[in-house]
Amino acid sequence: MTQYETVIGLEVHAQLNTESKLFCPCSTSFGQEPNTNVCEVCSGMPGVLPVLNRTAVEYAAKMAMAVDCVVNEHSVFARKNYFYPDLPKGYQISQYELPLAEHGHLDIEVKGETKRIGITRIHMEDDAGKSIHSASDNASYVDLNRTGTPLIEIVSEPDMRGPEEAVAYLRELHAILVNLGICDGNMEQGSFRCDANVSIRPFGQEEFGTRAELKNMNSFRNVQRALEYEIERQKDLVEDGDKVVQETRLYDADKNATFSMRGKEEAHDYRYFPDPDLIPIKLDPAWLEDWRKELPESPQARKQRFLDQYGLPEDDALILALDRALAQYYEAAVSAHNEPKMIANWMLSELLRELNQSGISVSECKLTPEALAELVRIIDEGLISGKIGKQIFPELFTQGGSAEAYVKDKGLVQISDTSALDAAVDEVLAENPDEVAAYKGGNKKVVGFFMGQIMKKTQGQANPKLVNEILAKKLNT
Amino acid sequence: MSSLNQKSLLEVRDLLQAGEVTAVEAATACLQRIDATDATLKAFLHVDREAALSQAKELDQAGPDPDKPLWGVPIAIKDVLTVDGMPATCASKILEGFTPFYEATCVTGLKDAGAVILGKLNMDEFAMGSSTENSAYQTTRNPRNTERVPGGSSGGSAASVASGQVFAALGTDTGGSIRQPASFCGCVGVKPTYGRVSRYGLIAYGSSLDQAGPLTRTVADSAVLLSAMAGHDPKDSTSANEPTEDYLAATLDRKDLKGVKLGLPKEFWGQGVDPEVEAALLRAVNTAKDLGAELVEVSLPHTEYAVSTYYIIAMAEASSNLARLDGVRYGHRDKDAQELIDMYVKSRTQGFGEEVQRRIMLGTYVLSAGYYDAYYRKAAQARRLIRQDYLDALDKCDLICGAVSPVVAWKMDELIGDPLKMYLMDIFTSPLNLAGLPGMSLPVGIDSAHSMPVGLQFMAKPFHEADMLGAAHALEQAIGPMAPVEPV
Repeated sequence: MTQYETVIGLEVHAQLNTESKLFCPCSTSFGQEPNTNVCEVCSGMPGVLPVLNRTAVEYAAKMAMAVDCVVNEHSVFARKNYFYPDLPKGYQISQYELPLAEHGHLDIEVKGETKRIGITRIHMEDDAGKSIHSASDNASYVDLNRTGTPLIEIVSEPDMRGPEEAVAYLRELHAILVNLGICDGNMEQGSFRCDANVSIRPFGQEEFGTRAELKNMNSFRNVQRALEYEIERQKDLVEDGDKVVQETRLYDADKNATFSMRGKEEAHDYRYFPDPDLIPIKLDPAWLEDWRKELPESPQARKQRFLDQYGLPEDDALILALDRALAQYYEAAVSAHNEPKMIANWMLSELLRELNQSGISVSECKLTPEALAELVRIIDEGLISGKIGKQIFPELFTQGGSAEAYVKDKGLVQISDTSALDAAVDEVLAENPDEVAAYKGGNKKVVGFFMGQIMKKTQGQANPKLVNEILAKKLNT
Repeated sequence: MSSLNQKSLLEVRDLLQAGEVTAVEAATACLQRIDATDATLKAFLHVDREAALSQAKELDQAGPDPDKPLWGVPIAIKDVLTVDGMPATCASKILEGFTPFYEATCVTGLKDAGAVILGKLNMDEFAMGSSTENSAYQTTRNPRNTERVPGGSSGGSAASVASGQVFAALGTDTGGSIRQPASFCGCVGVKPTYGRVSRYGLIAYGSSLDQAGPLTRTVADSAVLLSAMAGHDPKDSTSANEPTEDYLAATLDRKDLKGVKLGLPKEFWGQGVDPEVEAALLRAVNTAKDLGAELVEVSLPHTEYAVSTYYIIAMAEASSNLARLDGVRYGHRDKDAQELIDMYVKSRTQGFGEEVQRRIMLGTYVLSAGYYDAYYRKAAQARRLIRQDYLDALDKCDLICGAVSPVVAWKMDELIGDPLKMYLMDIFTSPLNLAGLPGMSLPVGIDSAHSMPVGLQFMAKPFHEADMLGAAHALEQAIGPMAPVEPV
């Protein structure tokens, strides 16, 4: 039986999180009333002209540099012409013959092996609006709030050989964009979208098979599943002696299948030509140098540093390093209390669980890194036990504030006062003469019973280490 | 015609500043002149009497302001330029009822200088045409001979100025649309350097070619307007960051043509120009020589490719620029269409006139896959050669001069059935737009065969409008400016 090799290339559209749109001053904020973030420019009124947002160029160039692209000092906007109601100008302003950046690459890790994926080009363009088709009144509505939001399109080489590589590439790209602080990375809201070109060919064959373009995969998991489905579909076709048709296919997550959207006969001729309303982008090499200096540490470099500097295990380092906000939180906590492993443990278990449950990001979290460090410190210092620490964590997470003040306020501080503990031990021993006799008779296990009774008497706040010492002293004399 | 209507803009401006004429009186004189003549001329698509008079009244209450060089001067605007609160149809059914809530930067410039806006002027639909016969609403007449066309596409602007309805009008020039109607009606029309005047608010035909500019009865009048319109605009990325000048002072300073080298391109003279037109032009050139100008022969070798290059680029850009007129958000929409494509096709077929549809289709064709390289890319290359021709010629002279149009204003309906022949009439004007250089038409006489005005074209180096205006002014002083006429 023929063995097939999968060939995948990805086109990623990432929304840049600039304050204003690519060619007008309208806000890019998400979730507003329809058609409120709109002006004469982004709604395509007659006679208006676009003016390029400088910050968007900076962001796009930074992404290009982060994936080792050559940033072109001269690039050109082009019009991509087609009719659709959510495209008010009748064309999208994109880049075609002379894109902002080309010839980059990204290293991904799959099954412990590193692989280099080529990046063909990165170009800038403006986003379209949204069409909403209403079944209830048999009408279509258009919301232009998103129209004109800056996008970068990142086009990969057809270098990926399976869904795992594709997803690894996407995750890495996503991490870099978010790490740069230029994209919020929200896949559900469409800030990070991906189309995949997929084909199969018999192993050893040089030329590519006919590809299908997959759209509408709005999570990493859906990308994986859509690709798996599509590869099987193509294999079945070829095995049955049929041909793969070049077409666009939509992924339906509910059915876990891909469906043909339009055939080649309906393929658009976009009639690209240089946009005469915009002058070419000329990037001063000095700006590029400045922007390069501003690039943050990459997630990969940070992970390596966490391994070296803090001695964290590989998996822990990866989780803490991938997300820049989480990494910043971690390092702030470590600088407040230099126990990198303990702090990592508290973050990876308690903090991440609370963040997931509450659905907020680490930057919105009320528990400051300093407060988390303080919690770890007071456990180290014996002020509270680790158990109490875990009990009070959800409370601290929602309320914020100082951990030490909290435990003192709630009276949760361990009793380490020997005279107080002496009294409690004496009382317990006096109340339980039979067990004392049993101990003296050689049953050392009753120590646990005494400890339980003392904890009960002190509402769990007795310092267990000290209690042990006092018990040993009193019972053995 | 009242004596006020016969005055130049500069004269009426001085009377207004001196308080001898009020802004309301000036506006009223123009409105009366429009009432008396526009049933015949059909220059205006929209007269905003109330807005004009209330604007004039406000000015009068504040009193004359020497810092406002157009204080109280009534002006009208070609319908392709947006004026906040006034309809903007581009003489097209597809924009019927559309009133913009934003304004062309050049119009705001005139308002800031104190001008009173009377209304919107007729044109060829979306500025596509050379006779104003392509308006979807009405056909403007040439005031010198109402059986003849006023030229186009700024035919309403030229007819209005030449007939004394207004002291000045704004037009736009993509391939000659200011200069040619100015020449046909006997007024001054100036196309500035590409980028000199902001295109913001100008409803684009060919974005890389379009420039707004003044039409007036004298050169100095155009200089006043240009000063109020020129300059960099942050809302137009293609507007130039070049310093502007006091164009009026530069114009009035020029008394003769001593030291001025006038380049006569051999491709513009002796062939393809009506002999009567050429005779009138030669008389003007000889007068220039008498004023001290040195005449030199220059060459623009790629002139023969200009018209086809121009039409490929203009139509390609137009096909994309007009895509936004889709009936979705504003303008005409077919009410019976049942689905999307049907709505697009019906709305656009009903809304656009024949010439506009022709240009959209040709423009779409030259950008299509498989044809782009043969047409659009080739035209872009030819365009660079044409620009270089002009720059090379202007190394050898200060100003290039020649005909604006190979013929005088033709009769109504004479060319409308032969679009290609009409396109070829742009031979002397369109290459200048391809080159992005400034040019103007100066009325230099009446041709003896048809008794119609003849315009001499001056063309200058980029951003050298002042040189051009100064030379034209000196020649105008020697020949005498054209007076406004009664439509006949």
